[in-house]
Order: sequence, then C-alpha cells, then structure tokens
Amino acid sequence: MTSAFLAEDLRKHYGPKQALRGVSLEVADGEVVGLLGPNGAGKSTLAKIACGLVAPTAGVATIAGHRAGSLAARQAIGYLAELFRFPGCASADEVISLHQRLAGSPGGAGERAELLELVGLADAAAVRVSAMSKGMQQRLGIAQALIGSPRLLLLDEPTSALDPAGRRVVRRLLAEVRSRGVAVLLSSHLLGEVELICDRVAILVDGEVVERGTPAELSSARGVEVETASGTRVIEAAGREDAPRIVAELVAAGERVYGVRVLASTLEDSYLEAVGEQPG
Amino acid sequence: MTRAPLRLDAARAIVGFAFAESLRRRVFAVVLVLTVIFLALYGLGSYFAFREVENLGLGGAALIDERQLTGSTVFGLAMFATLFLGAVLGTFLTIGVVRGDAETGLLQPLVVRPLGRPTMLVSRYAGAAAATVIYVLGVYAIALGLTRVLGDYTPDSVIAPGLALAAAAAIIAAISMLASVFMASTAQGIAVFMIFGAGLVGGLLGQIGSALDSPSLERIAEIVTWVLPFEALYQQALYLISSETLGITGALVQLGPFGGAQQAGAGLVVWAAVYTAAVIALAVAGFARRDL
Repeated sequence: MTSAFLAEDLRKHYGPKQALRGVSLEVADGEVVGLLGPNGAGKSTLAKIACGLVAPTAGVATIAGHRAGSLAARQAIGYLAELFRFPGCASADEVISLHQRLAGSPGGAGERAELLELVGLADAAAVRVSAMSKGMQQRLGIAQALIGSPRLLLLDEPTSALDPAGRRVVRRLLAEVRSRGVAVLLSSHLLGEVELICDRVAILVDGEVVERGTPAELSSARGVEVETASGTRVIEAAGREDAPRIVAELVAAGERVYGVRVLASTLEDSYLEAVGEQPG
Repeated sequence: MTRAPLRLDAARAIVGFAFAESLRRRVFAVVLVLTVIFLALYGLGSYFAFREVENLGLGGAALIDERQLTGSTVFGLAMFATLFLGAVLGTFLTIGVVRGDAETGLLQPLVVRPLGRPTMLVSRYAGAAAATVIYVLGVYAIALGLTRVLGDYTPDSVIAPGLALAAAAAIIAAISMLASVFMASTAQGIAVFMIFGAGLVGGLLGQIGSALDSPSLERIAEIVTWVLPFEALYQQALYLISSETLGITGALVQLGPFGGAQQAGAGLVVWAAVYTAAVIALAVAGFARRDL
C-alpha cells in the first residue's frame, strides 16, 4: 500500500532563499509524525507543498500515491494552516457546511454534529466565528480539516492558541484519528506535545532534516556520570544497563565510587542540540 | 495548480461565501448609503433643473427642446454616477480576493479543497459581476423612473444604455479581480480607481479633441477606449440616450458637461466580451502560479 505522504528530495526556493533543501520524509497510514524546527526552518513550506498551496522547485511529494496539489491528492487531505481565518459572520455550523460543499462531502448534518462534538464545540454550533475565542476558532479549524475523513491530516501549529484543556482535547482527538488509520503530519513548537502525541519526529533546520526518529530514540541515554574520589567523569555511549559493570570495574580498579547517574537527554535536549540552540 | 472539473455546488458555495464576506466588510451597506444619497440628490436636482429650465423659456423659438436638453443632461449625469457607484461596488466585491485574503489566511482553507483554483476565481468573479450588474441595472432603472416622473423625459433608447453601463461595471470588476492577484488590497483599490479615472480622462480628451478638431487627441482617446473598453461602453450608453435627438438640441446635448458621447462600432460588444474573458484568463493564470 502507498504511503499516506511521501516527500523525496523536496526543494523549494523563494527567490534567493532556500526554504527546503532536499527533504525526504514518509508518513504511513495511522502514523503521527511531528515536524520540529525553529521559525523559518521550512515546516510550513513542507505542509503547504503537501496540500498544493506551494509548488516545489524540485523533488516530488505525493499524497496516497497522487502528486501533491492534484485533485486526487486534495481529496485525500485535511489541512489546518498556521495562519487561517474563517468568515466572521458565519457560525461554526455554517463554516463546516461550506467546507463540506467544497470538499464534496456527503456527510451532511450528521457529520457536522459529529465533528463539532469531537472538538468540543457541540454547544457552539450556532456561535459566529467573530464571537469565538482564538482557541475555539482553532478547534473549529481542526474540525474543518477532518471533513470527509481524509487519509492524511496536515496540521500546522494546531495547538498554538489552545489552553491546556484545549490541548488535551486535541491530543485525544489525534489519538482517535490515528486509531481510525488516518496519517497525521503535525508541525509544532511544543516539544512536550510532540513527545506525547507523535510516533516519529523529524527536526528541520534551514530546510534540511537534521534529526529523525521516535521520541524515545531522540530522548535516548547519553552516558553514565560517575562521581569518584578523583572527580566526576562521564562515560559516553553508556546506558542504564552499563552502570553496574562500570561501577564494578571502577571498584576493582581501586576507585571509591560516591555516586552514579544515568544521563538521559530529553527531546528538548535533542532538539536544542540539533538546532544549535538558535532562537526561533 | 491543477485543473479540476467544474463542480457547480462548490462554485455556488464560493459565490455564497463571497457574498457573506462582502456583508462582513459592509460593502453593501456603504454602497446602499451612497446610492440613497445619490438618488435623493438626483431627484432633487432633476426636479429643480426641469422647473428652472421651463421658467427660462428656452424653447420659445422652438429651436431647442428644453425637456430633451435638460433630460439628456441630467440623465447623463445619473449614468455617470451609476457607473461610478457600480465601479465602487465591483471593486469592493473583488477587493483582496486573492492576495489580500491569502495574507489574512482566509483563502488557504478554501484553496486546498478539491475544486480547482480556476473554478474558485471564476466563481468569485461571476458572483461579483452578477451583483454589480444587478445593482447598476437597478440604479439605472430608478434614475430613469425619477427622470420620467419629475421631468416627463424618456431617453431615445431605454434598455441598451443600461446594459452598456452594466457591462462597463462588470469590466471594471474583472480588472479589479486581476489586480487582486498581484496587489495588496489598498494598492488594488487605488490602482483600479486610477484606471477608472484614466478611462474617463481618455473620454474627455476625445471630446476636447473633437471640439478642437485635434486628430492627435482623438487618436489618444480612441486608443484609451480600446485599452479600457468600459469607457467606450459608457460613451456608447451616453450616445444612445440622445441618438435620435437632432438639430440644435442634439448639438447642445453633445457639448454638455456629461457628454463625451460617442457611437461605438458594431465590434464593441464582441471586443468587450473578449477583453473581459482575457482579463479573467490572465487572473486565473496568475493565481495558478501563485504560492500561497
């Protein structure tokens, strides 16, 4: 079966600026992949190429085997942009209804009610967009992205305007869509969210993927720190399972061991190391 | 980016969306207020104009048809105002349709849907043009009724001038739509009204050229009317309201302040249609290549 999303050596130039420099990435069905990176790293450009808003300069992007931007590809995606706005005079129900018509979704009132329920806006169906908080609008945006049961969900900073309760709603929602086999490409600055939600993570810096793996892989042990009479030393590339052996060897060598600590990096450590601690 | 089959329901949804946005931007409210003010002033002005001219007794020698002269002049003014208001509506219904809406994030959620950029743009133009045409015809009809009631004046041709004005406003909306692909909203509005003004200046140059018998000015005016056919349609509309008025009255009407009437060739309607289609095609091509 084809991947929900496949990018091969994707490049994008905006005049002299290179937004993407040969990005390759795959998202399988039912997989949630997180895109991390500082501002301007190319995360939004990658998502926009995937949904046909931006044409790549070189390389190929496909959605369910169809060229990104093609009619078939657009029928298979749901997209929430980082910067988006809905007509202020429309109610939540009318926004979803408009997008159902544009998407050709036959879901009708049932689908509208289900989606608004899913994002916690069931009681706000008649509320106008202009009267909604930013968080409510963002949840409405997620609901419109889910219209027509897309095979790939492209979410660009979907939780940036949400409070903790709203983020929890989105986390539950992503778990739900993943269980339905929907693939998700999630761009975010919120490392904790990504760590909790994503199956795999790719870190983009200056248009290149500089690190990729599961959150566990990227948060792997980075050595064992041992405090002895002669000082503190770090044995790199050692893990928790190596600690007893290291202590035994040091004691056998006549060292007095006062403390042992397994050094485990967080996703944040990996991220900051990958981006060189540059501010976003 | 890709060609998609025309989906009528999606196209209708886009038209409805465009109207909702126009309501939100209070375009209709502004134009309605302007229209009421214009029609009230026009009614008042026409009433006094017909009454005063009658009192002057210009028609005593039977050389001048004072009702025809007054009616043609004030109704010519009404046609200018109608075109101007139509241009305002056509421009504001298409303001920021592409670049402006893309900058505010309104466009992206719509464009990613499987309906195709050409369908989206043409639908938005069709909606704006339809509203503009209906509006122009409505204001034209009310002005016509007012002139008839207040001055017992009916133009030589009733329907064709209204249609010409409506077509002129639809062309301005098309130009505005094209500008929206490449310009931010403010620049778009300024550019369209400068083009509108350029067309009117072209028409005036032609009038001056005709009065001074200057082939150069007339040639410039002719080029302007080809490049900006809404002006040619406006001149044609003016011509039609007094096309059968002859003698001194006819000459005076032609020299009036809101004249600039010029009979267009048979090809004008065809050229206007081709021109509009070409402008929209350019807009579609520009939109298709645009990164959002």
